[in-house]
Amino acid sequence: MQDFQAAFGEAFALILSADAGLLEIIALSLRVTLSAVAIACLIGLPLGAVLAVGRFPGRMVATVLVNALMGLPPVVVGLGLYLMLSAAGPFGVLQLLYTPTAMIIAQVILVTPIIAALTRQVIEDLHGEYDELLRVLGTSRAGTVATLLWDARYSLLTAALAGLGRALAEVGAVIIVGGNINHVTRMMTTAIALETSKGDLALALGLGVILISLSVIVSAGLMGLRATAARMAYA
Amino acid sequence: MRDTARLDDHGGIWPVVLAHVDFAAARKRLIDGVSLTLEPGPVTCIMGPNGAGKSLLLRIIAGLIRPGAGRVSYGGAAEPGKNRIALVFQRPVLLRRSVAANLDHALQTYGVPRAERRGRIADLLALGQLETLAARPARVLSGGEQQRLAMVRALAARPELLLLDEPCASLDPQATAAIEALVREAAAEGVKVALVTHDRDQARRLAEEIVFLHRGRIAEHAPAGQFFDAPRSAEAQAYLAGRLLI
Repeated sequence: MQDFQAAFGEAFALILSADAGLLEIIALSLRVTLSAVAIACLIGLPLGAVLAVGRFPGRMVATVLVNALMGLPPVVVGLGLYLMLSAAGPFGVLQLLYTPTAMIIAQVILVTPIIAALTRQVIEDLHGEYDELLRVLGTSRAGTVATLLWDARYSLLTAALAGLGRALAEVGAVIIVGGNINHVTRMMTTAIALETSKGDLALALGLGVILISLSVIVSAGLMGLRATAARMAYA
Repeated sequence: MRDTARLDDHGGIWPVVLAHVDFAAARKRLIDGVSLTLEPGPVTCIMGPNGAGKSLLLRIIAGLIRPGAGRVSYGGAAEPGKNRIALVFQRPVLLRRSVAANLDHALQTYGVPRAERRGRIADLLALGQLETLAARPARVLSGGEQQRLAMVRALAARPELLLLDEPCASLDPQATAAIEALVREAAAEGVKVALVTHDRDQARRLAEEIVFLHRGRIAEHAPAGQFFDAPRSAEAQAYLAGRLLI
């Protein structure tokens, strides 16, 4: 118990002293996570909207697939991507293995289905409300998707938030394709796993506290934005 | 409304003809062999008891619902063409945007160039007496204000046919008067108005002809004066006498 308390003490000392190693890990984590969520939003938002609004053969299959992919096991994604990016793999020539780019790709694969599936649900509900109006106005299919995405923007923050949560907490895939290399691909989650296995609980705890704090701050910010929008009747 | 030039002038939609139109759902025939011709000019009120098929008929005319049998044509064509028919719903559907942004979205959809939109929005806000509410979120407006916004948004297309589905249901007399004023102004500008209403007094105030529906069929189609003073059908007589039509 005493060790535990000492580890907590050291962890807070690391945070308060703005330890350079700690900051480097946090910066890389944010870069990888935010990049992955941004790319996943660019793919997942229109994909979810098209699945909600579109009427095309295979739509149901695509919807089931996207929903199923929400539960993709990260280590399986990591393994698959590792095989693709390794020297013997089809994309080995790109030399992306053990780089932050590989970690971003892994997280995009994991996060996109979550954002797409949640977007489909939100947009489908809104489409039920707007459908007749947009048809009477003569809105094109592309215009319908754009209108729905814009008007659901505050609700879609929840989808982005879910994706961000997944990306921030993810460790299995990024540790395989990133390699957890110090100063290169070490993120908060991979560092926590490593430091815990080494018995350095202070750094692991410090990173854990920061990770949870970041999650809470981002969630609170987005939920506050959504609540404000709801009060203004924009949500 | 001052400039009545249409946004896309190619051919007309008149007459709008429904020929032996049927529509069924869950094995129940909701529209049953309706034949009706709408011509430009008089305000037409579609009346009837609950469940008669009034709103459904309006949606079929608007092209939102395809009939199960029969044919709807617009000046001989199967489709009315863009922006020629506008529809205002009983519960206005407004985008999660400001009042002005709702109008801007409609004008953009109608193909009005950006440079013209600001002026058009100002005109439409004035028409709906919504100038002071331009920046307000549309969905926080009162019921009457929301319906006025829906009306001027519909008129933004400069339609040939304006369909109104009980636009004054649950509105107070002042809001009702404002909507009726917009209906009269649109009719005076040459827009054909077809209005579903339960309100017999409103029908007397606005309508020049009545289409009376009962169980999905047209029980009577007559000039308004004749319908109210000397209805011919037993259904219309019972309805106007306040008896329950089952």
